[in-house]
Amino acid sequence: MLKNDLVDTIREKALWMRRRAFTMVHDAQLGHPGGDFSAIDIIATLYFGVMRYDPKKPDMPERDRFIMSKGHATGALYTALCAAGYYPEEWLKTYMQPQSKLNGHPNRNYLPGVETNTGPLGHGLPVALGIAIAGQLTGSDYRTFVLTGDGELQEGSNWEAAMSAGNRKLGKFTLIVDRNRLQQGMGTEETNGLDPLDDKFRAFGWDVEVIDGHDVGALVNALSEPPGGRSKPLCIIANTIKGKGVSFMENKASWHHGVPNAEQYNTAMEELV
Amino acid sequence: MAAPAAKQQGFYDCRDAWARTIEELAENDPRIVAVVNDSVGSSKLGGFQKKFPDRLVNVGIAEQNMVGVGAGLANGGRIPFVSAASCFLTGRALEQVKADIAYAGFNVKLVGQSSGVAYGELGPTHHSIEDFAWLRPLSNIKVVVPADSWETAEAVKWAAAYEGPVYIRLSRMPVPDLVVENRKFQPGKAETVRKGDDVTIIACGTMVHLAVQAAVELEAEGISARVLNMATISPLDEAAISAAASETGAIVTVEEANIHGGLGGAVAEHTSANLPVPIERMGFPGFVPTGSVEWLFDHFGLTATGIARSARKAIGRKRG
Repeated sequence: MLKNDLVDTIREKALWMRRRAFTMVHDAQLGHPGGDFSAIDIIATLYFGVMRYDPKKPDMPERDRFIMSKGHATGALYTALCAAGYYPEEWLKTYMQPQSKLNGHPNRNYLPGVETNTGPLGHGLPVALGIAIAGQLTGSDYRTFVLTGDGELQEGSNWEAAMSAGNRKLGKFTLIVDRNRLQQGMGTEETNGLDPLDDKFRAFGWDVEVIDGHDVGALVNALSEPPGGRSKPLCIIANTIKGKGVSFMENKASWHHGVPNAEQYNTAMEELV
Repeated sequence: MAAPAAKQQGFYDCRDAWARTIEELAENDPRIVAVVNDSVGSSKLGGFQKKFPDRLVNVGIAEQNMVGVGAGLANGGRIPFVSAASCFLTGRALEQVKADIAYAGFNVKLVGQSSGVAYGELGPTHHSIEDFAWLRPLSNIKVVVPADSWETAEAVKWAAAYEGPVYIRLSRMPVPDLVVENRKFQPGKAETVRKGDDVTIIACGTMVHLAVQAAVELEAEGISARVLNMATISPLDEAAISAAASETGAIVTVEEANIHGGLGGAVAEHTSANLPVPIERMGFPGFVPTGSVEWLFDHFGLTATGIARSARKAIGRKRG
């Protein structure tokens, strides 16, 4: 596919994911829409422009893996997996209902395509590291992608894994930080500042790229493997906007787990076109 | 490090059986990998490292990452044995054990080394006497506590073949080999080490051989004590416990662990709901004072004489 066509396809998928995720949150009156919307362009790019997978064979050993460390952003993950063909759209209507496969945080035993159970923050990067080490041990060429929130990087377990990954020269390992600069209550820098985040990862032995996390073309470029591959793990700091795409949600910490009333829902649907 | 326990003739450190077995298994199955937190020596994995340098993943002193990496290796089709001092493996990384291993259900084997009070004088920070209470409610994890070298080797072989999470709890305290006819390791089943009708002593790990000695002591007084080796703490062999309660009418539990929430707690939960009988729970009531392993065992009555005393007490509490 030509790059412009690919970018258009990804944008279309991302738009569908935003509309569908917001509908799920509205119907359930539960969810984390702010973080869904900051992450959706990144996840859409991975599933519809970068990753190798077959939804009919979710356990295929050579599949690329995506680990959703910010497990609360299920609106983004569940819509991506649905659009990728892992399960029918009907399932999305059960979001957070009793006995649903679509729990408030993802469970790999409920849903095909979910690589590990996340929810408590700081778990995804170590698990993804183990997957990447397994690939290195077996000489497999699959790639491992993990998405963390930025506030999540306050958890120490991430830095244990970051140190270990840097020392292991894992060229097929990519971390994307959803850098929306807001955690649930207020800004990351007001809470426990992360900057300079790029220097931190460079010091831990990673390649670092800082991009606009809503620029699909930039995401495709950064997430695609360069000719000849890499010799270090890659950290992409994706500058994003919490609530991206809906005017009254953008950059508002209250939409971390805010849910829309009917009027807000209708306004959002008018904007998401 | 704590001073090694005085070597007694015929007593063996179960870590040697673990190390031998994991090396043998790894020879035949390239999927087997070891994950450690700078714990190569204390896990006796020096030989493994020499034979399979690439398959020993040392993440350094970072237990949360260590357990997460174990889950990831399982996702990547490996069979990881995550081996570290059990106090740090289960305590420091408890949320990873819960979410990444038990809840996610990955095929990871956690091997807790130097459990109980094996680190003696180093104190409660280094003791692992809470691990049973922490792991028992994580119902996906099988909790296995071998009582001797033979059972250690069998448990490790079984764990490698079993698809799912397992916690194997080992000691560094030398123990003798149990004498049981036609032994076969059966996960989830109590092993009858001695038959008896007056009282049942249910023990695990380092306590089983002491329970056998206690039964010998009791026999001299005409008391017939059954001894069960409860090598699997979770899931519990409820049928064996029910049989012990109904056939002997009194139970003593003995574990190198906190009595709250461990083997004794599990046995009491089952019997109180089904067949209430007098139970004496032996172990540690909480953080223990400074002392060698031998001193601590003696201080808390974890000796043949102490177990026999509890058995008499349990018998004395029987009704009618």
